Amino acid sequence: MMDWSPLILTFQLAFITTVILFFISIPLAYWLTHSRFRIKPAIEASISMPLVLPPTVLGFYFLLAFSPGNAFGQWLDEWLGIRLVFTFPGLVIASVIYSLPFMVQPIRSGLSGLSPSMIEASYIMGKSKWTTLLKIELPNIKTSLLTGMVLTFAHTIGEFGVVLMIGGNIPNKTKVASIAIYDEVEALNYDTANQYSLILFVLTFAILLLVYIVNGSNFKYFGYD
Amino acid sequence: MIDVHVFKKLFAPDGTMELDVKLVIDRHSFVTLFGASGAGKTTLLKILAGIVQPDKGQISVNDSKWYDSQRKFSLPPQKRKVGFVFQDYALFPNMTVFQNLEYASFNKKRSKSKIDELIDLMELGGLKDKKPGILSGGQKQRVALARALVESPDILLLDEPLSALDYSMRLKLQEYLLKVHKNYQLTTVLVSHDPGEIIKLSDHIYELKEGKIIRQGKPSEIFGMGQTSAKFSFTGEILHISQEDVLYIVTILIGNDVVKIVADQCEVDQWQPGDKVLVASKAFNPIIRKL
Repeated sequence: MMDWSPLILTFQLAFITTVILFFISIPLAYWLTHSRFRIKPAIEASISMPLVLPPTVLGFYFLLAFSPGNAFGQWLDEWLGIRLVFTFPGLVIASVIYSLPFMVQPIRSGLSGLSPSMIEASYIMGKSKWTTLLKIELPNIKTSLLTGMVLTFAHTIGEFGVVLMIGGNIPNKTKVASIAIYDEVEALNYDTANQYSLILFVLTFAILLLVYIVNGSNFKYFGYD
Repeated sequence: MIDVHVFKKLFAPDGTMELDVKLVIDRHSFVTLFGASGAGKTTLLKILAGIVQPDKGQISVNDSKWYDSQRKFSLPPQKRKVGFVFQDYALFPNMTVFQNLEYASFNKKRSKSKIDELIDLMELGGLKDKKPGILSGGQKQRVALARALVESPDILLLDEPLSALDYSMRLKLQEYLLKVHKNYQLTTVLVSHDPGEIIKLSDHIYELKEGKIIRQGKPSEIFGMGQTSAKFSFTGEILHISQEDVLYIVTILIGNDVVKIVADQCEVDQWQPGDKVLVASKAFNPIIRKL
C-alpha cells in the first residue's frame, strides 16, 4: 500500500513556499525596479544564483549554517529554540531561498514593463506609492504574478538536492515525494516509485496546462531548470 | 499666476543640454510651448507636475511655492493640483472608463456629479463601462482629458494630446479643449508643434529651442500673421510646385483641403514642398454663397 505522506508533505511545502515568496517578492521586485542603488547588481546576482548553482551547494551551506554545531545554528537553537536542520521549517526556509528567482524575476519584468506615464498619472492624481502599487501596478501584472506563483510551486515540487541535504529523509517530517521516489528505487520497489512518479507527472502537467489555458499565449515561459 | 524659473541638465542624444526657462503664465490663460522635439517641452511640463525634479530654481503658483531649490523644498506631485494628459493617454487598463475617472477623485461620493458632468461633456456616456483597451484613439483622449479634470485642477497640462489623432478627430478635440478651458476657467499649458492647433487654441506662445525660450508672444506675432492685413488666413503645407507656361501652380494642403494657388517665379524660388506657409487673402472680392 502506497504511503501518501510524502506527496502531502510535498504539496504542503510547495504551497507554504509559494505564499511566503509571493509576499517577499513583491517588495523585492518593486525595489529592484525602482531603485538605482550601487549595490543593486550584487543583490540581483545573489537572487539569481539558485538558477545556476547546483542545489547541493546551497543545501550544503544551509546545512553548515543551520547546524547547532555552528554559531548561527547554535544561536537559533539556544535563543529561539528553533532547529532548522532535518526539520520541516528548515525545508521551508531552504525552499524559499532556492525558489526566490522564480518568483522575483517574473514580477520584476512585469513591473518594469508597465508604462511609466501610467504610474506618474496616478501620483499626479494624488495617490501614494502604496495605493498606486496596489490599485494600478499589481492589477496590471496579473499574468506575471500568476507566472511567478506557478513556477515557484512547480519548482518547489521538483526540488531534490537542497531538500536531501537540509532535510534528510525523515518520514512525515522531511521525506518529500522526490526523495521518496529515490528511496523506493534504491530499495528496488519500482512499483511504488512508479506510483509517486506518475502522480507528480500528471499533477504538474495539469497545473501547467491549466495556466496555459487560462492565460493563453500571455504566459511567458521563464527559464525553468 | 504661475511663475516659473528652472534649470536642469538634460541628456540629449548629442551630448548634454541645459534647460533654462523663465516664464510667467497668467491665470485662466491658454499657453502653448512650441518647438522641435527634444527642445525640453515635455520635461518642462513634467517639472511643473512634480514628476521630474529640476536641478535648481523656483516655481510658484497663485502665491504658493511648489518648488524652491534654495530652501530645498519641493511639493510632491500628489499635493500639486494639476491635471495631466499624457501623450500615450496613460489610462489604467484594469479599470473601466468610469472607474478611471473615479480613481482620480479624492472622494467618490462628492465627485459623483462632477464625473457624470464630465462624461456628458465629453460624450462618453455609451463608453462608461468599457475598458480602455477597446477604445479608439480619440475616445481614449477624451477619457484622459475628462480624468484630468475630475479634481478641478489649478493647471491643466497637455503633452501633445492630439498628435496621434487624424485631422478631423483633432478638430473635434480642439473644440473639447476650448470648451473645458472656458467652462472650468482653467489655466492650460499645451505642448504642441502644430501651428494650426496653436493659433486656434492659445493666447500666448513660448517657443523653445535646445532648452531655452527663443521667442514668445501672441500666436499672430509668432506666426507672422500680424504683418499682413488679412481679413482671413490659413496655415498650410506646400505639397507640390509645378510650372505652367510663365506661371507656377503651388498646391497647398490646408486642413483637409488641397488648394491650388498661382504664384510667380521670384516667390516660388524661396519655397519648397514641405514648407509651412500662411495663405491669406485681403478679401477684395470674396465669394459668399449660401449653403
